[in-house]
Amino acid sequence: MAQTASIPVYKPLGASPVPKAGDQHAEVVIVGGGPVGLTLALDLAQKGRQVVVLSKLDFIPAGSKAICFAKRSLDIMDRLGVAERMIKKGVVWNVGKVFHADRDEPLYQFDMLPVKGQKNPGFINLQQYYVEAYLIDALAENPNADLRWGHEVTGLTQREDHAVLTVSAAGAQYSIKGNWVVASDGSKSPLRQMLGLDFEGRIFEDNFLIADVKFTEERPSERWFWFDPPFNGAGSALLHKQPDDIWRLDFQLGWDIDRDACIRPENVEPYVRGMIGDDIGFSEEWYSVYTFQCRRMRHFVHDRVIFAGDSAHLVSPFGARGCNGGIADADNLAWKLDLALRGEAGQSLIDSYNYEAIVTADENIRNSTRSTDFMTPKSKVSQAFRDAVLELASKHPFARPFVNSGRLSTPVSYTHSMLNTLDQDHWDGGVAPGSPALDAALDDGWLLDLLGDEFVLMTNGGDARLDGVRLVDLTSYQAANVAVERYGLPPGGAYLFRPDQYVAARWHAPTCAELEQALAAAKGNADHAVH
Amino acid sequence: MPCIDTSARISRPDDLYQMLIDAHQGLSDDDSMKLNAKLVLLLANQIGDMDILSQAIDLARESASPSGEIAA
Repeated sequence: MAQTASIPVYKPLGASPVPKAGDQHAEVVIVGGGPVGLTLALDLAQKGRQVVVLSKLDFIPAGSKAICFAKRSLDIMDRLGVAERMIKKGVVWNVGKVFHADRDEPLYQFDMLPVKGQKNPGFINLQQYYVEAYLIDALAENPNADLRWGHEVTGLTQREDHAVLTVSAAGAQYSIKGNWVVASDGSKSPLRQMLGLDFEGRIFEDNFLIADVKFTEERPSERWFWFDPPFNGAGSALLHKQPDDIWRLDFQLGWDIDRDACIRPENVEPYVRGMIGDDIGFSEEWYSVYTFQCRRMRHFVHDRVIFAGDSAHLVSPFGARGCNGGIADADNLAWKLDLALRGEAGQSLIDSYNYEAIVTADENIRNSTRSTDFMTPKSKVSQAFRDAVLELASKHPFARPFVNSGRLSTPVSYTHSMLNTLDQDHWDGGVAPGSPALDAALDDGWLLDLLGDEFVLMTNGGDARLDGVRLVDLTSYQAANVAVERYGLPPGGAYLFRPDQYVAARWHAPTCAELEQALAAAKGNADHAVH
Repeated sequence: MPCIDTSARISRPDDLYQMLIDAHQGLSDDDSMKLNAKLVLLLANQIGDMDILSQAIDLARESASPSGEIAA
């Protein structure tokens, strides 16, 4: 299907042929070829599941869109073998600075990687299209994945134990059956509309201009955010470096504006000049105006159709919680679908995706809503508090943590997930059940690399074992002291990790029965624990 | 949970009242509002206890609302 002329093209992929007649079937059909759908497809394909990806576009769209990839996303991409390319191409940064009015010194600065000695950096900036291209390259080498470009879903029928999609491609129609269908088809999700579902939450009445521009200048790789800078009377501004000498400039515009006029080059130029000065030559890469919403669907799992990424939840961009939140969905869902398709888990594990992905979405929505309320005060009194914070922050350290220019994406813990086994022992620190693994150097390698993508029992000596679960015994490494310390793991103690590298349970001295019960619980089978 | 102390603790209430009013002398309404916000933030930090602060907000809100109820 020839695709909309209004979307700029980064890389043509060519329309995929219409499959030959016959029963079309895949274990998982993923609708949408953005970063969330592609991440999920790669994860599932690497686990041996047969996946079909349907994308109505037959190209990778240009426009930088998402540019910030957080450490947790990099850890996930590393597990899938894609992070190395991303980090090599991306701009690595850990430091963010916040400025106010015309003061040259930052009011406040933060470090996105407070715990040093981990394999991956706190953040990289990288245009979304590079990430999509790398995922597509990795998928092309995997025989379990079938990527279909220019294939648009036009109909959906739910059945008892599968769903059937009607697909339009190259003027023809065909249908395909999926044991599971994942709708990662974006904020306007056609599948969500086909099911008659909608979002709940807030829409913010403000417009922001994105000006991705190209210029050459040595500047530190840091996130710079301004409140009320002299070059933007309407509010805040953001400067962020991307690869290829491209910079993301972001300007708050206010509500009552002419959106088409705002992205005309002659109207963008004064904003860019105000920020970077008159001396530097620059060229347009991508201009766009956006408003945003902080909303989500009430449920993400609807029988055999599961929503992930922007189709399920939307946040404001300040905090990089959109794409990172979507990648977290894919990470959470892949191993659960895999176990369900293997017959090792039932509906309760899929339902735990609904719970855990909503915990993540709610935390992301809460944070981005708070950031937005701070950046764009909606009443006189919230303006007064915001200005009070900014003015106090220049002199008094206590006020600086209140300054909210976006709370950047960090991994979300599922403290109350039904997959966790509650601590029975007293722990000082360590990593609690429902939290993601913390990386640590182990001899010449890294703990996260050892955890991989399956259940792992990590011990500190002792005889704890679990049938069918890989053992990582820290005493078999020369330099495991950092890991032992970060996990607060006493001799004979153990941690059980899920395939998405979250902690499921931990013990000082586990019994066989406790280990097996925790494994069953982590698979959603708490009631069927076997001995 | 610690409880907010609503007994009279200020030894010279008239002086404090005067200090508060004087602090706003000559300010526009917007600047007054900002000054109050700064005071709230400074004092909240001095108290440093979320339970106490939450009770203070509830008490303040209660007397501000005509129905005596806190809006949801």
